[in-house]
Amino acid sequence: MEAARETLTLNMGPQHPSTHGVLRVILEVAGETVVGCTPVIGYLHTGIEKEMEYRTYHQNINLVDRIEYLAAFHEELAYVLAVEKLLGIDVPKRAQYIRVILCELNRIASHLVWLGTSALELNVSSVYMYCFRDREEILDLFEMVSGQRMMPGYFRIGGLQWDLPDGFVERTRAFLDDFPRRIEEYETLLNDNLIWRQRYEGVAVLPKEDALSYGCTGPVLRGSGIPYDVRKAFPYSSYEDFAFDVPVGKNGDAYDRYLVRMAEMKESRRIVLQALDRLPDGPVLTNDRKVALPPRHELVRSMEAVIHHFKLVSEGIHPPKGEVYVAVESPRGEKGYYIVSDGSNRPVRVRVRAPSFYNLQALPRMVIGSLLSDVIVAIASLDIVLGDVDR
Amino acid sequence: MGRSHSLLSMIQERLPWGIVEESSSRGEMTLVVAREAILEALSIAKEAGGPWMLTDLTAVDRFPAEPRFEVVYHLTCLFPPDRLRLKVQVPGLDPVVPSVAVIWPSANWAEREVYDLYGIRFSGHPDLRRILLPDDWEGHPLRKDYPLSDEPVEFRGVEPKPPAKIVPKGKAEGISANPFGSFDGRDEGAR
Amino acid sequence: MGVSTGNGLDLDELSKDLERNVLTTTVERMLAWARRSSIWPVQFGLACCAIEMMATAASRFDMARFGMEVMRASPRQSDLMIVAGRVSQKMAPVLRHIYDQMLEPKWVIAMGDCASCGGLYNNYAVVQGVDRIVPVDVYVAGCPPRPEALLYGLMKLQEKIGRSCGDRATNGREGK
Repeated sequence: MEAARETLTLNMGPQHPSTHGVLRVILEVAGETVVGCTPVIGYLHTGIEKEMEYRTYHQNINLVDRIEYLAAFHEELAYVLAVEKLLGIDVPKRAQYIRVILCELNRIASHLVWLGTSALELNVSSVYMYCFRDREEILDLFEMVSGQRMMPGYFRIGGLQWDLPDGFVERTRAFLDDFPRRIEEYETLLNDNLIWRQRYEGVAVLPKEDALSYGCTGPVLRGSGIPYDVRKAFPYSSYEDFAFDVPVGKNGDAYDRYLVRMAEMKESRRIVLQALDRLPDGPVLTNDRKVALPPRHELVRSMEAVIHHFKLVSEGIHPPKGEVYVAVESPRGEKGYYIVSDGSNRPVRVRVRAPSFYNLQALPRMVIGSLLSDVIVAIASLDIVLGDVDR
Repeated sequence: MGRSHSLLSMIQERLPWGIVEESSSRGEMTLVVAREAILEALSIAKEAGGPWMLTDLTAVDRFPAEPRFEVVYHLTCLFPPDRLRLKVQVPGLDPVVPSVAVIWPSANWAEREVYDLYGIRFSGHPDLRRILLPDDWEGHPLRKDYPLSDEPVEFRGVEPKPPAKIVPKGKAEGISANPFGSFDGRDEGAR
Repeated sequence: MGVSTGNGLDLDELSKDLERNVLTTTVERMLAWARRSSIWPVQFGLACCAIEMMATAASRFDMARFGMEVMRASPRQSDLMIVAGRVSQKMAPVLRHIYDQMLEPKWVIAMGDCASCGGLYNNYAVVQGVDRIVPVDVYVAGCPPRPEALLYGLMKLQEKIGRSCGDRATNGREGK
């Protein structure tokens, strides 16, 4: 009896199969019940924010890819939108639509990794294999577009690197046509699975008020019943053109967050289909020569183009003095970029508002009082990316 | 816009002494408040209803200008959507700001991060420790006077010149100051 | 011409049979073959490269074809560490600790540019190459490397282990 009241300190991570990276959690347990939980982060601190102060605005596009590495397109989009707002330039409609297509495909890919890994943690290995099969198809599309599977570096300040390759639209359509059948397959595997339901329902509950005060965003906030989505609240990149719903949970438990993400994948498919249907013609890069590189064929004819090319490559762009905060809805929540410029070709400060960083803060609130095995479900349902937490 | 104006007017009404500067650029409202007033300003935001959220808390180093640091608070109203930015200016010699972690739990880790990377202390914070860097780290890396790296990039296969050999041009015999050599055999000296 | 023994066994047949069914080798070579063919990596991912490592293990690229799909969560059960991603100064002691816990013989693959040399980052937070902390056998370039690149690196490691004749003293690191 005496022993049951004693608590035990348990270290979990940073090398642990179910922490989704190098997260360390110090747990205080009394028997099987968690009474204390302290997340320790920083094991993947890369100094990207400092590094960006030493690079030009164009070079930074490749650095931001590697922050939230499961959603590199969202990361790039938030960054280029912020710089575009600093410069006060417009982006051609076609480029905006292509950005939306790629971001929503990336959301599906990211949610598939979440689904696969959180299923794997409860030993549903087949779902992991299926999810990665589908994700590979999206990565093939990314590779078609940019030449890279995970870190595309495809968005440019003022538009895109180049237009979509031939066959991209057809291949995307073929994937999306088949996708509902696959989602159905996962839902059959999980929604009807008694073990999955028991491990997820009523576990890791995060009430509405706490989700708000911890600054949670994305599926974590929506799972708790607050329909806040940056795409709806502060539309960017022509999101106002598309019809889509914001799925919301009721109880704020892990199962609700699972349902929200599954529904989001279907909504993403809807958005991509609409964007493909209405994809406008035209250029994909702004015509502003102070911002975007001139096209290749101009370089052989125009001296002015050569000068612009030289200035852009050697110096980069000089956004006017000022500061902006621009956010996009990444698969994990509000991904914001706060950029301070002093008029030079390098930013004074780039702050990345990381959704995983704030979502993870709510972990102690979720797990204290629950069973030890539910900690794994709680971490999985937060869907953190440690590169995003630590930057 | 409307909502941030209402929060703005609430802050103006209740904290007329605390507002240092008010500006709007690129459609974003910024309010610079006095260091002593920030806790109260953020309590007003908490009470303002129509849920406001402290989306982000960070800092900027304006070295060598003074006041050196700025602590930046990004507030978001969810319904109807709106944003407001609050700022506190912090002198470099006395970098202390009242902590808002008691009112806004989301500020807890964010303040620890600012402390870790900038060395700005938050008075009244429940647990002000380093968060991203190891506990025994020296210095605050995001400060402008902290070098990016003290490690030179290595190039294997290229023999770097020992430092003693690199001398100002014309000072040493037999060593050309022009790394590409001269074009016409003359030793350079004109440039 | 068959040589018959008293009990009716054909010695010629017997020696042919033996040739077909019995291999002679050294113990070292057999050990090396066994080690080469069943590498168990420690389940240890750091950053972006870990996602590609997962993709390598998953359905399309299927690491199981090479006998390496058994990712062990405990370093004490594994003999290969794939350092997948950037190593921060805070992570470095932990990584070394995990390496020390692994049983001999053990091998290390530095997956990706960050693990190989620091990659994109030359700053205060990132260790400029994991070879400053642990000995590395194979470097795989790329940011992140494609799963095919990782598989190629793993096959290079198999070659290396096969060549090493299982020499414990050099821990399979003697080269040619």
